[in-house]
Amino acid sequence: MDVTFWQRLDTIARRMLPAAITLVLAMAAAVPLHVPGYAPVAPAVTLIAIYYWTIFRPELMPAPAVFAIGLFQDILSGTPLGVNALVMLLVFAVVLGQRRFFLGKSFLVMWWGFALVVAGALAAVWMVLSSLDGTVLDPLPAVFQGMVTLAVFPVLTRIFIRSQQALLRSV
Amino acid sequence: MKPRKGSVLRLATPIKVLVQRFAFLALIAATFALMMLGKADVVVLERVRSVAADAVTPILDALSRPAATISEITERAHEIAAVDSENARLRSENERLLHWQHVARELAAENAQLKALLNMAAPPAQTFITARVVADAGGAFVRSVLVNAGEREGIKKGEVAVTGDGLVGRVITVGERSSRVLLLTDLNSRIPVELENSREQAVLAGDNTDLPQLVHLAERVPVAVGDRVVTSGTAGAFPPGLPVGVVTSVNESDIRVQPYITWSRLEFVRVVDFGTNGVLVPTLDRPRAKR
Repeated sequence: MDVTFWQRLDTIARRMLPAAITLVLAMAAAVPLHVPGYAPVAPAVTLIAIYYWTIFRPELMPAPAVFAIGLFQDILSGTPLGVNALVMLLVFAVVLGQRRFFLGKSFLVMWWGFALVVAGALAAVWMVLSSLDGTVLDPLPAVFQGMVTLAVFPVLTRIFIRSQQALLRSV
Repeated sequence: MKPRKGSVLRLATPIKVLVQRFAFLALIAATFALMMLGKADVVVLERVRSVAADAVTPILDALSRPAATISEITERAHEIAAVDSENARLRSENERLLHWQHVARELAAENAQLKALLNMAAPPAQTFITARVVADAGGAFVRSVLVNAGEREGIKKGEVAVTGDGLVGRVITVGERSSRVLLLTDLNSRIPVELENSREQAVLAGDNTDLPQLVHLAERVPVAVGDRVVTSGTAGAFPPGLPVGVVTSVNESDIRVQPYITWSRLEFVRVVDFGTNGVLVPTLDRPRAKR
């Protein structure tokens, strides 16, 4: 085997990193923490990941990857297949359209932008599930879930920035 | 974090943009198709779901163990702190329970005699499989858990999951080595129950809150706070007499039940085969038609 093969493999592995991190995070967030009241408000970490990578490395978070992550989330959390996939694709499209606005802006602006995205995404999940179930679901748990997600945002972005600097400089 | 001009320029190539637009729309269409198929209960989709769940269950299993260990340690610390008062409480409870054991033995013997007199058919034998809960965070709108046992261990769709405290829910999808249990608090959960004392039938309907609602109770049936609710076994869907919860509030049109299960402590469940399955499979999605 020559060196270029390994180099190519290395690049492919690095390019898969954003999607891989997202899948691992989705699993970590689904693990039972045995904290009272946690399960319904567990943070929507996949939203954070898609938001971040779509702004900073959109070529490493293409639409098919977003779709796959959404389906994975559906399978993990037991929601009807397609619900999270749809909402995440919409988030992806909106953020991709606005990414020039966020590039180079301060962290607070990104956080604020994410607050809007989370609000929109959870409202969309609420609407889709309500119409699929044929009832009006109680939106309150989603409000709390949104707040927990916002609180987790700085921590996760820190991890993403680190991994981007450490592993994705060259690709 | 610098903007990466190169990638933006590459994206700007018109043909590429067109292809990407088309791919995006196709993916959106795919999500709608999946939702419609899911609504129609297509078997293939359920298969896909269970195969994917099977694939991640070993990872989730490994991830869930440290969290469980930490929670056990903190719980243990709490227990040690309260050991004296707990001891006193258990002593008095033990006295009471010994009395009850005596009563129960007499009743069991009497019951066996009377049943023998009536030539009553013996209830089906029960077997159970213990499974660990490996994922429970379904988000704001779903109440279900993933457990690490499936067909391989002998779990079948529609079986009942319980713990020592009471009923947890029922199995809705089964994979090779994982299954999903719909908790009795979920919006789609409908469980035939009865009031333990009066034997009045009702349905326990989840609504994603911690306190499911008692519906379809006949009018003018006396219900009081503190009444015990157990499964009823009507329609053969559930084995009768499993403890479910206690009535916590009674209003004009709204009776709420506090389940015996503490959801955050749910670590293991027993999936029980009571020999009643086969009757109940279609109840999940159209529960309202049933009483």
